[in-house]
Amino acid sequence: MISRSLTYRYWFARIFHGFCFVVAWAGVVILGILLFHVTCEGIQWFDLQFLSNFPSRFPEKAGIHSALFGTLWLMGFTALFSVPIGIGSGLYLEEFMHKNRFSRFIDLNISNLAGVPSIVYGMLGLVIFVRWFGLEQSVLAGSMTMSLLILPVIIISTREALRSVPNTIRQAAFALGTTRWQTTYAHVLPAALPGILTGIILALSRAIGETAPLVMIGALTYVAFTPEGPMDDFTALPIQIFNWASRPQQEFHELAAAGILVLLLALLMMNSIAVYIRHKSEKRNP
Amino acid sequence: MNIIAHKKALPEKKLMDSKTMGKELSEKNNTEDIVLQVKDVTISYSGTPAVNNVSLKIPERRITAIIGPSGCGKSTLLRSFNRMNDFVPEATVEGQVLYRDIDLYASNVDPVEVRRKIGMVFQKPNPFPKSIFQNVAWGPLINGLRKDINERVEKSLRAAALWDEVKDRLKDSAMALSGGQQQRLCIARALAMEPEIILMDEPCSALDPVSTTRIEDLMYELKQQYTIVIVTHNMQQASRVSKFTAFFEAGNLVEFGETENIFTHPTNKRTEEYVTGRFG
Repeated sequence: MISRSLTYRYWFARIFHGFCFVVAWAGVVILGILLFHVTCEGIQWFDLQFLSNFPSRFPEKAGIHSALFGTLWLMGFTALFSVPIGIGSGLYLEEFMHKNRFSRFIDLNISNLAGVPSIVYGMLGLVIFVRWFGLEQSVLAGSMTMSLLILPVIIISTREALRSVPNTIRQAAFALGTTRWQTTYAHVLPAALPGILTGIILALSRAIGETAPLVMIGALTYVAFTPEGPMDDFTALPIQIFNWASRPQQEFHELAAAGILVLLLALLMMNSIAVYIRHKSEKRNP
Repeated sequence: MNIIAHKKALPEKKLMDSKTMGKELSEKNNTEDIVLQVKDVTISYSGTPAVNNVSLKIPERRITAIIGPSGCGKSTLLRSFNRMNDFVPEATVEGQVLYRDIDLYASNVDPVEVRRKIGMVFQKPNPFPKSIFQNVAWGPLINGLRKDINERVEKSLRAAALWDEVKDRLKDSAMALSGGQQQRLCIARALAMEPEIILMDEPCSALDPVSTTRIEDLMYELKQQYTIVIVTHNMQQASRVSKFTAFFEAGNLVEFGETENIFTHPTNKRTEEYVTGRFG
C-alpha cells in the first residue's frame, strides 16, 4: 500500500534525478562537440613541421616553434618563482603562525586573491615588473606576473594538503622531544607532498592557458626566434592562437585550432600527472 | 636552562626533598622517591577549568594510574606533565608541575627538552608512515644520538617485547603491523629516547584483550626502569597494573593512594561508587 503523498514524493525524486542527469551530461557533451570541432579543423595542420616552423604570413609555412619554446621558458621560470614562495607561505601560515585575528585576515585575503581576474595581475605586472623594474616584455616579466597569478592557488592547496595530515603524527613527533621544524620537515611535509605537488601542477596548468596578463604586459605576437635567456622577448601558445584566430583567412583559423590541440595535449598531460600522483599516494596511505 | 644539567647539579637535595615532601602528602607513599610533583595545578580551556587545583605526587619506578569518568580532566592533566598542552592554544596551566626540582612551566624551561625526558604513548597507535626501523631510530637520530643506533633500536624493540616479531622485517612499513604491534612499536619509539617517565594515555583502549594483556605485561617489566603514569577507563586494568591510583571526578582529585586501598577500602563515597561500577 503506497499513500498518495509517497507517490508524489517518488515522482519528485524521479524528476530531480532526471534534471541532474541532463545537467551533468550537458557539460560533457558540449565539451565533446567542442573538442571534435577543434580536432576536425586543426588536425590537417598538425604535423612535425607545424611544431618546428616559426610563425609566418604564409599559412603553409607557419608553425608554433617560438610559441612552444616561449611557453616552456615562461612555465619554467614561473615554477621557479612560485613554487618555493608558495610552499613556504603555505607552511608558515599553516604550521608556524599563531592563529589570531591577523592570521584570519590574511586567510581571507589569500582566498580573495585567488579569485581576482587575471587581467588585473597583468596590469600589476605591467606597472611593477615592466615599468618599475625595467624588465621590458621579457620572459622574466611574464613569468613574474604569472607567478603572482598562481601563488594564491599554490598557497591554498599547500595549506589544504598540510591540513589533511593527521594531528596524531605531529603529536607523536613532538612527544619525542623534537622542534616544530624537525617535525614538519621529517613527517608533515612528506605526508603532504603528493597533495602539494598536485596543487602545483594544477596551478601551472592554469597559467599555461592564461592570455590576458601576457597581452597586458605586451608579450609580442610575432616572434621569429626562441628565447635564449630570461631577458629575451617571447611569445606564448595562447598568444599565438589569439593572433591567428583574429586574422580573416580561414587557413589561419585552422592553424589556431591546431595550436589549441597542442595546448590541450599539454594540459591533458599535466593533469594526468596530477591524477597519477594523487592515485599513487592514496594507494600508499589508504 | 638545560634540564639535565639542572638535575645533575642537585642530586642529594633531590632525595632529601622528596622524602620530606612525602610526609606532607598521604602517609601511604611517604617511603617512595617522588619524581613528579603536581602542586595546585589548574588547567583551563578558554577560562573554563578542566582540572581544578590538583596536587599529586608521582613516585619513581612505579605505575600510577589515573582513573575517572569521561571528561573528568585526567587526559588533560597527563598532557600537562610533558607540556603537550602547549599545542592547544586555548589551554592555560596554573600552578606548578615539578620534575625533580624543576618547574616544567618555568620560563627558562624548554618544552622540547622536557619531552625528551618525559615520553608519551597515545590512545590510538600512531606510528609514522615509515619503516619499523625508522620509527624507532628517528627520535634518537634527530636528537644527535647517532652512536650505536642499531643497538639502540634493537634494545628498544626488545624492551617493548616486539623484537622477535619484527627482527626480520625492520625495513617494512610500520603500517603493516597489527594494532597491538603498532602500539608496542610506539612504546619502543618512546623508550628509544631513554626517558625517565612514560605517560600513557589510555594505551589499550583501541586494542583487543590479547594485545591489552601483552601491553600490561610489558608495563610490568618496564616499571623496573621507568616511571609510568597511565590514564585508563578500565578499572580492572588500573587494579591489575598500578601501585598507586588517583580517582578524578569533574576536574577534581577525589582520592589518591595505594591501588589496593582505593579498590578495597576507599575512604570517599564517590570513589567507592565508581570502583564498584555504580556509575561512570
